[in-house]
Amino acid sequence: MGARKKNLSLSLIVRTLTAWTVALLLLFPLIFMLITAFKTELQAIAVPSVWAFEPTLENFAAVNERSDYATFAWNSVVTSVLSTLIGMAIAAPAAYSMAFSPTPRTNGLLLWMLSTKFMPAVGALLPIYVIFQQLGMLDTTAALTIIFTLMNLPIMVWMLFTYFKDIPHEILEAARMDGASVWDEFRFVLLPLGMGGLASTGLLCLVLAWNEAFWALNLTAADAGTLATMIVSYSSPEGLFWAKLSAASLMAIAPIVVIGWFSQKQLVQGLTFGAVK
Amino acid sequence: MHTRHHSNRWLPRLLLSPAVISLFIWMVVPLALTLYFSSIYYNLMQPDESGFAGWMNYEFFVTNPSFFDAVINTLVLLASTVIITVGLGLAIALLINEAFPGRGLVRLLLISPFFVMPTVNALLWKHMMMNPIYGVLAQLWTFFGLTPINWLQDLPLFSIIIMVSWQWLPFACLILMTSLQSMDHEQLEAAEMDGANALQKLRYMYLPHLARPISVIIMIEVIFLLSIFAEIFTTTGGGPGTDSTNLAFLIFTEALLNFDVGVASAGAVFAIILANIVAIFLVRLIGKNLEK
Repeated sequence: MGARKKNLSLSLIVRTLTAWTVALLLLFPLIFMLITAFKTELQAIAVPSVWAFEPTLENFAAVNERSDYATFAWNSVVTSVLSTLIGMAIAAPAAYSMAFSPTPRTNGLLLWMLSTKFMPAVGALLPIYVIFQQLGMLDTTAALTIIFTLMNLPIMVWMLFTYFKDIPHEILEAARMDGASVWDEFRFVLLPLGMGGLASTGLLCLVLAWNEAFWALNLTAADAGTLATMIVSYSSPEGLFWAKLSAASLMAIAPIVVIGWFSQKQLVQGLTFGAVK
Repeated sequence: MHTRHHSNRWLPRLLLSPAVISLFIWMVVPLALTLYFSSIYYNLMQPDESGFAGWMNYEFFVTNPSFFDAVINTLVLLASTVIITVGLGLAIALLINEAFPGRGLVRLLLISPFFVMPTVNALLWKHMMMNPIYGVLAQLWTFFGLTPINWLQDLPLFSIIIMVSWQWLPFACLILMTSLQSMDHEQLEAAEMDGANALQKLRYMYLPHLARPISVIIMIEVIFLLSIFAEIFTTTGGGPGTDSTNLAFLIFTEALLNFDVGVASAGAVFAIILANIVAIFLVRLIGKNLEK
């Protein structure tokens, strides 16, 4: 018994150390970036790397000045928030309809929606590019918002469908007995009960839109660029730029990483369409 | 049963229609236009050349020596990333499945790379990790007395695989972790009592339980990994030569660098066909697991 206990605590120590080492190794690139953002450019490329230094905020100021951070950040906020809201407005009624008035075709319809995600973005790039060019919508946040909405719509419908399906039908039927209209039903029964699902669906789509780079890089230039595109301008190999690149990267990912931390548990359920609990 | 309550059968359809119609347009219009563009001469730099091209664009795209490389690179990138993320993800998930001090925090730290946008991910690795002189990996190699590797020059595709895997490992890991939590502990203990070793437990208890989450991981990763673009665009630019060019990037170079919409559209048709082949293969392979 005593031997087993000793064995157990030894394995606990080993497991703890291994787990922390693995976590810190995986996180290391981000930690390195975080630290570099507060170095001077000379310290940033020093070999061997400097770990003790006086932190400076000059990089953040430089990024702000050089690349008009506020505009890019605003474009990111507008496109991701609007596409999420519009997407929810389209997806929620559809998911409601499929979850509570299923027909023999519902399953097929859901699979078809998901199958649109298998159409590679690059397969749609040229037509979309030409259409927006003809409409004079290249490099606008409106164009990007439309694309982000459509891009995330299948995922939204799926996620909301899985959440709504878990709501007991009896509750809705009781509301109907009491003479609730469809709108009442939606507003007073479904929204409160499905709030968790709506929130995690929204958060996931926010993350996906915020981080989207393919459409953002190909459809925008100076005016409607998002943070994902701003970063690319820091790729130039000339001069000393690591500290500024780190500062810009940090400013681009901080909001969404924090949101991700808060919603990680719901995101798993959501992204796996409730298949993993 | 439910239609009885909805005396009006049109309402569910009405609620469904905006989603169905917009997705239908989103799928059909680009597809039709891509097919159309692929059959005509359409080069933005040569506006006088026009008219029906027959199979010319397809022939041009397929006989381009880069085409074969691009298809192979696309599949290698996809397969390696899926294998690395599921394999390592499973190992890490099993490691932190049981309680230890700071488990919640470790979980939180592990998931972080998933929320980093691809362009930041790519530049972070390109410069600060993989730079052959100043990079962290170069310092590590020098520390062990090895010659630093010029990652993006000498191992371009592998470098991209590292970046993409770093992003998707947390995702696989988090899903497997969540799924492991719902395993039947009594069954596991019973197996231990019966003297099952670690390998047997993995083979007969963990893997069957994880079949479904693994299927989900593969499906989602395939959807996102078939058209990896930003990581290549910001680091290797597809090179050197075509060593890290995938299908998505090849089409991009045809369209936006060579301005040949016709040829690029023919390429896009190939990308769609490839995606569908993979999708059919995938549904066959994992469809059963998802239906459970």
